Amino acid sequence: MRPEQILVPTPSGLCSKAGGFHIDPTRPVDKALITHGHSDHARAGHGHVLATQETLDIMRLRYGEKFAGSTQAIGYGETLKLGDVTVSYHPAGHVLGSAQIAVERKGLRIVASGDYKDVADPTCAPFELVPCDVFITEATFGLPVFRHHDAEGEIRKLLHSVAVFPERAHLVGAYSLGKAQRVMALLRAAGYDKTIYLHGAMEKITAYYQERGIDLGPVELVKGAKKAELAGTITICPPTAMSDLWSRRFPDPVLAFASGWMRVRARARQRGVTLPLVISDHADWDGLTKTISATGCSEVWVTHGEEEALVHWAHMQGLKAKPLAIVGYGDEEEHEAEIPLPPRSGGEGGEKQE
Amino acid sequence: MNRFAELLDRLAYEPGRNNKIKLIAAYFRETEDPDRGYALAAMTGALSFRNAKAGMIRALIAERTDPALFALSYDYVGDLSETVALMWTPSPLPPRSGGEGSGVGGVGDSKEPPTPNPSPPLTSFVWGGGAQADLFDIPKPERLLRNDPSPTLAEVVETLSTLGKAQLPAQIARWLDVLDETGRWALLKLVTGSLRIGVSARLAKTAAAALGAKDPDEIEVLWPGLEPPYTELFAWLEGRGDKPVSRDPAPFRPAMLAHAIEDGDLDALDPADFMAEWKWDGIRVQAVAGRDEHGAMVSRLYSRTGEDISKSFPDLLPSLRRPGAIDGELLILREGRVQSFNVLQQRLNRKTVTPKLIQEFPAHLRAYDLLADETGDLREIGFAERRARLERFVAALDDPRIDLSPLVAFATWDELIAARANPGDGGAGDDAEAVEGVMLKRRTAPYVPGRPKGQWWKWKRDPMVVDAVLMYAQRGHGKRSSFYSDYTFGVWNGDDELVPVGKAYFGFTDEELTEIDRFIRRNTVAKFGPVREVTHDADTGLVLEVAFEGLQQSTRHKSGIAMRFPRINRLRWDKPPREADRLETLEKMLNSVIPRRG
Ligand SMILES: [Zn+2]
Repeated sequence: MRPEQILVPTPSGLCSKAGGFHIDPTRPVDKALITHGHSDHARAGHGHVLATQETLDIMRLRYGEKFAGSTQAIGYGETLKLGDVTVSYHPAGHVLGSAQIAVERKGLRIVASGDYKDVADPTCAPFELVPCDVFITEATFGLPVFRHHDAEGEIRKLLHSVAVFPERAHLVGAYSLGKAQRVMALLRAAGYDKTIYLHGAMEKITAYYQERGIDLGPVELVKGAKKAELAGTITICPPTAMSDLWSRRFPDPVLAFASGWMRVRARARQRGVTLPLVISDHADWDGLTKTISATGCSEVWVTHGEEEALVHWAHMQGLKAKPLAIVGYGDEEEHEAEIPLPPRSGGEGGEKQE
Repeated sequence: MNRFAELLDRLAYEPGRNNKIKLIAAYFRETEDPDRGYALAAMTGALSFRNAKAGMIRALIAERTDPALFALSYDYVGDLSETVALMWTPSPLPPRSGGEGSGVGGVGDSKEPPTPNPSPPLTSFVWGGGAQADLFDIPKPERLLRNDPSPTLAEVVETLSTLGKAQLPAQIARWLDVLDETGRWALLKLVTGSLRIGVSARLAKTAAAALGAKDPDEIEVLWPGLEPPYTELFAWLEGRGDKPVSRDPAPFRPAMLAHAIEDGDLDALDPADFMAEWKWDGIRVQAVAGRDEHGAMVSRLYSRTGEDISKSFPDLLPSLRRPGAIDGELLILREGRVQSFNVLQQRLNRKTVTPKLIQEFPAHLRAYDLLADETGDLREIGFAERRARLERFVAALDDPRIDLSPLVAFATWDELIAARANPGDGGAGDDAEAVEGVMLKRRTAPYVPGRPKGQWWKWKRDPMVVDAVLMYAQRGHGKRSSFYSDYTFGVWNGDDELVPVGKAYFGFTDEELTEIDRFIRRNTVAKFGPVREVTHDADTGLVLEVAFEGLQQSTRHKSGIAMRFPRINRLRWDKPPREADRLETLEKMLNSVIPRRG
């Protein structure tokens, strides 16, 4: 049994001929197994979708009732026989409802982990390690410069800034599914109990998180608030909104951005951020390498991201490794995170000489 | 160090000046001595220690990382210090701190919450305080984290200032092991001497002043007598101590500067409120003398920016034998006549001061103002009163090397305009050529550091202008290396020959440069290496209107005249070379300094 007899990478995603399905296909297919609700992984228009209840609900919120021909919910740890293979879903720790999908045939197990992180997140089930023969991993932050550290420290930085600038508003750019809610939950865990304001784009998903019992404290749409009221407050918004006219309703806003990309200064500067917050829903370099080792796999497939470094690392560990070069993953965050360059004022000039 | 690093990190992204001040002020409030003092020193450029070279940092990281992974990372990040800061793996590998990575550590047991970081309790934030949250209630992360092994900024600075070169790499590695990413980044920027954070010394001092709601100028005034880590300064700012007094018997006092006068400025001013003096074409200095604790006289000469230049002018120091501080102009005097700036330049250019040099270029101080005398500091009293004291001071000093810069008498602005136009008749006499313009000083103006509004104006003389003919052109350097951008020009002599009178390589626009360059290439009559001779006869050639600051006799030039600070004012395509100026015009200018417009 070769792994390719279970799953083959195709340009439109991983395909299982033996099971008759695709995982996170980037084009409409008959039968799709979806790892999580981010739109680069969960697209509308498939014939049949198998996913966790949360992922199905999120897809419904985003694409409407008719996002797929038919759907089937599967719980974490549940096993299902599809054709000649067995599949099971396991928490990926990425966002609410996110799953790794284990595909097994005749004692050979491949885990397609989707997007994942191996650190605590109060808004979703923690990552579960699934021992396997082939581990399919992302490599969004697959360079040893990406070490995300503790998100609590970043929240502390944000609260410190709010205390230093009580007359300014703080805008936190965050991906509207997962990151936004995690930032809110982290703020609550840090003892921040004031109203957190929301951009309209965050409303539905945030309400859904609350429905699922995730306590985010008092949350309000920013739409009705007056400019003066917003001094000293925190508003969560899509990163793109920070450079919109929309942001003019805030008094001298501090532009924070919660993303793993904020680890690299050039990336933060490129986006005109004044308060970068290194908070990521993806595994960092240490997370990726430790997870790969811990699965006990002998082979690694890298779906997307900085695959070159991770493949090099895997080879150094004596593992078989290859990049899959699946096109289309990682696009959504890029898209939502795109902020046009605002003009930056330069540094202080030297005192002019007479 | 981590806390200082956080500040630098934040400052690097914050564009607003006032917001930067707030961030720095908050840091000063939250951070103890001596760390904050060293931070102030780092931001004002007052720290000096042996810098580490990039090669050393590369060698350190090479010991810890795989070369391929380093290359990929460096390529991605683009900055060496930052790449190393992010990639650095402490040795030996400790368990990962904080909430990261713990999910995998306990395989299958991921319900265990991650070990919290040793973080300060956030409950000490005051959220109920409304918009006026008290900054003093912000927790002091570094102090609360003091059980962490990372060095304080003070430890880093003090260690670096005593460390031998051989110990540097190992010490830096030890620090990198215990600092976080931002801390490592700031450390590497600091030790490699590349801490550029968009904060001027003035801004940092302004933030310090905000700590005690003081005027930043008060700090400027104190600054030359202060040293890192500035504990006395912070004690005073926080109301815990007296205002620091300089223990330096001959301290520098930050210079007061003037605004350039603009059209119409005079209309709004009453001549009766002002005094005027000549602005001499030398270098502005401060000559200070005072007694040390043993009663010995200490005398020093400072540049306008506070650099101690005493060593370059040992001939002047013995004349500073009365306690006081004179603001004046350093000039070269020969037989009682002020020499041109070019002559002074010749002395300034010499590295070693020899007796011969001193004899040939004797230094002289022409006094404008008195900032202190034996009774103490005079800066808070008005200029008119300081001037009166200066006159008494200089008279009592009675030294041939120090004289008083005379006031320019005027009752109306027209009289001042006339004096400025003709300093020789206006009172400058034989030294008129060394007059750069006039200074206008408000009688009541205290001596304030920097360039306060509405107190002092400088009013330079109009430049002198002649029409000259382009004779030779030479290629420029750098960006201009493909252009002929250095021009030698001449005027007609008594034999109707053009004689070179100067060389200019600026004053024109890029467009004009292109035009001149094209003219030169089309009208070259001879080439001498990088130099082209261009057509210059009575009917064909290019007339340049040349502006300059002064003229002097020169034996080095065939014309017998040298120009100061010549530049191209205008291109006179309209003017045939025969109508260019004649040497006799320049000779007249040399004798009479009445400026004219061409
Ligand atoms: Zn995702």
